[in-house]
Amino acid sequence: MKPIRTLMAAATALAVTAFVAPTFAADDPGPAAYAQALKGKRVMLVPLAMGFDLAQGWAHYLKKEVDAWGGTFETRDPNWVVDAGAQAITDAISSDTRPDVLIIHAPDLNSYSKLMKKAQAAGTYVILVDNPANFPADAFVGSDWDRLGQLEAEAAIKGCGENSSKKIGLVQGDQANSSSLYQYAGIMKVLDKHPDFKVVAKPDSNWDATTSRNVTTTMLQQNPDICSIIDFWDGDATGASAAIRDAKLDGKVFLVTTGGGEKAADCDKLQDGTYGAVVMTDLARQSGDMNAIIKFLLQSGQPAGTSHTYIYTLEKATTKADLKPESCWDLKALQAEAAAK
Amino acid sequence: MNAIGRPSLRSLNQEGIVFAIAVVLFVAAAIGLPGFIDPNNLVAIVRSVSVLGILALGMAVVIIGRGIDLSAVAIMAMSVAWYLQLLNTGTPDGLAFAYVLAGVLAIGLLNGFLVAYADVPAIFVTLATGSFVFGYVRSQLITQDAVPVPQGHWVELLGGLRFLDIPIEVFVFAGLAFLFFLFLRYTKWGRYIYFAGDNPVAARNIGIPVRPMLVLRYVLSAFVALIAGLLTAASLHSINTRIVNSTLLYDIVLVAVIGGIGLSGGRGGVRNVLVGAALIGILLNAMTIIDIPLLYQNLIKAAILLGAIIVDGIINPRDEQTAQQGDI
Repeated sequence: MKPIRTLMAAATALAVTAFVAPTFAADDPGPAAYAQALKGKRVMLVPLAMGFDLAQGWAHYLKKEVDAWGGTFETRDPNWVVDAGAQAITDAISSDTRPDVLIIHAPDLNSYSKLMKKAQAAGTYVILVDNPANFPADAFVGSDWDRLGQLEAEAAIKGCGENSSKKIGLVQGDQANSSSLYQYAGIMKVLDKHPDFKVVAKPDSNWDATTSRNVTTTMLQQNPDICSIIDFWDGDATGASAAIRDAKLDGKVFLVTTGGGEKAADCDKLQDGTYGAVVMTDLARQSGDMNAIIKFLLQSGQPAGTSHTYIYTLEKATTKADLKPESCWDLKALQAEAAAK
Repeated sequence: MNAIGRPSLRSLNQEGIVFAIAVVLFVAAAIGLPGFIDPNNLVAIVRSVSVLGILALGMAVVIIGRGIDLSAVAIMAMSVAWYLQLLNTGTPDGLAFAYVLAGVLAIGLLNGFLVAYADVPAIFVTLATGSFVFGYVRSQLITQDAVPVPQGHWVELLGGLRFLDIPIEVFVFAGLAFLFFLFLRYTKWGRYIYFAGDNPVAARNIGIPVRPMLVLRYVLSAFVALIAGLLTAASLHSINTRIVNSTLLYDIVLVAVIGGIGLSGGRGGVRNVLVGAALIGILLNAMTIIDIPLLYQNLIKAAILLGAIIVDGIINPRDEQTAQQGDI
């Protein structure tokens, strides 16, 4: 035993000298300041629901970073119920473990405005993600929905081509959600510049796939020569695609939609021709933007509500032709990675 | 009582009124809207209310027996979501289906048992079991709101099935409607449901097995919900459990009630469901063709329902019996 103990003592001594000796090299003040500002801070994500691709993707990337700098990351699942989300935010603000950063996925323009104000007053930074709201948050990270609508319309026009019927159908979400309203505005901006293209119908799906199927069936019944349909979300565009399939118009109607860029939801369906084009959010980059602004806010020392930053995610309409292996992220892989830990 | 087509205004009940509104709307749409009368559009109308109608059949049987099943939509979405999840994680098809059948049976039995033997009001029991089914399956058994159908699975093929260019849902709806009609009209237990719904105490006193029949109705409703869920998944190639939060449940009750099935029990039949479904189907289709925004669609739907109820109230004033018995 003795030689081993000696050896260990020698190794310890060596290690100590190794750390102590080059003191001049440890002078970079960055890491210490960074650790001091961030360590132990709490970040909470309140999405519309935890059960869909975007929220699960954000949570994955945020948790990875927050864990790495020694913070606590939590999520709340309102499961699409606005009241439950409000309750979650209220509880979070008034609890002993009040989050230092609150990331909110707003259901509409106004519902959470008062609560977000309260959160800022209590000293919590508020970051809005994906859906804009009528509130000067510390930062907004997400899509410029107007621009996104323009990209969809451009993809639809390209998908139709010059020698088509130039008839486009829209399947909107609803008339309350900012993402639906701004998307529509963006689409119409582009179509105004192409007066030969006409919107022949613009029903709402209420974000429900069955409704999307029914209204699309009627739309195609009335206008069998539609060359493109824009459905406002990949969550319900499965309904529109079912209607196209049932009408035996596969390949004739160019279906455009938008989504979080998840493999099974978007890339696989571009690959098999269900969707003609999808305007995808680069989720990893969007999460990275959130991570960066969280780190900035926590180190800034400024009171919550001081600055208002807009960080729009770069959007792009992807078609089968420019589909790459890295175009999408894979929820199953992320879940497997989380399960393996 | 049921007086479709009988000329006397006095004998016109809610079913007759709704039927008349549906016919008027149909004629107006056929004349005014291009493409409405097209056979393909008519098929699309029936198809759009097939799943709703199937669920309403199950609900109708429960309501006639003076109950209500608020867990129907949760059972529909969650049973199928669980089934697809099992398939996606590699469980053999037969075993997965057996699990789901057992689960659906268990929830139907639980509903029935709590209502029949524990004497808890149906509205509370099914509200609770519905939330339980949703919460348990969503949190413990599946990982996503939307669960896709595995490629090439029979559910996917079912969705592509057509006879005479008519989707399979339409035939399933028609077949189930016919079976329910036979059950309610010509079987002993079917007739008993009316007695039990009209006056449970008297039905029990004359020796009708009121409680086991109650259990049977909730089991029936649960199985009908499973069928509706499978058809939804077949058509969309996935099931989205968000539907549990939608207004579908109210639409089911609406179809049954607008067709004239009284919430106080003992009245109505399959025909009422068909009339209610026809009105909703024609209305939604016509409004979509005219391109009316969803907000106004809901307003118009609600206005027509209110109108039907008010006209019913004027033509058929409440009598002593309904006053004593009361509605839900």
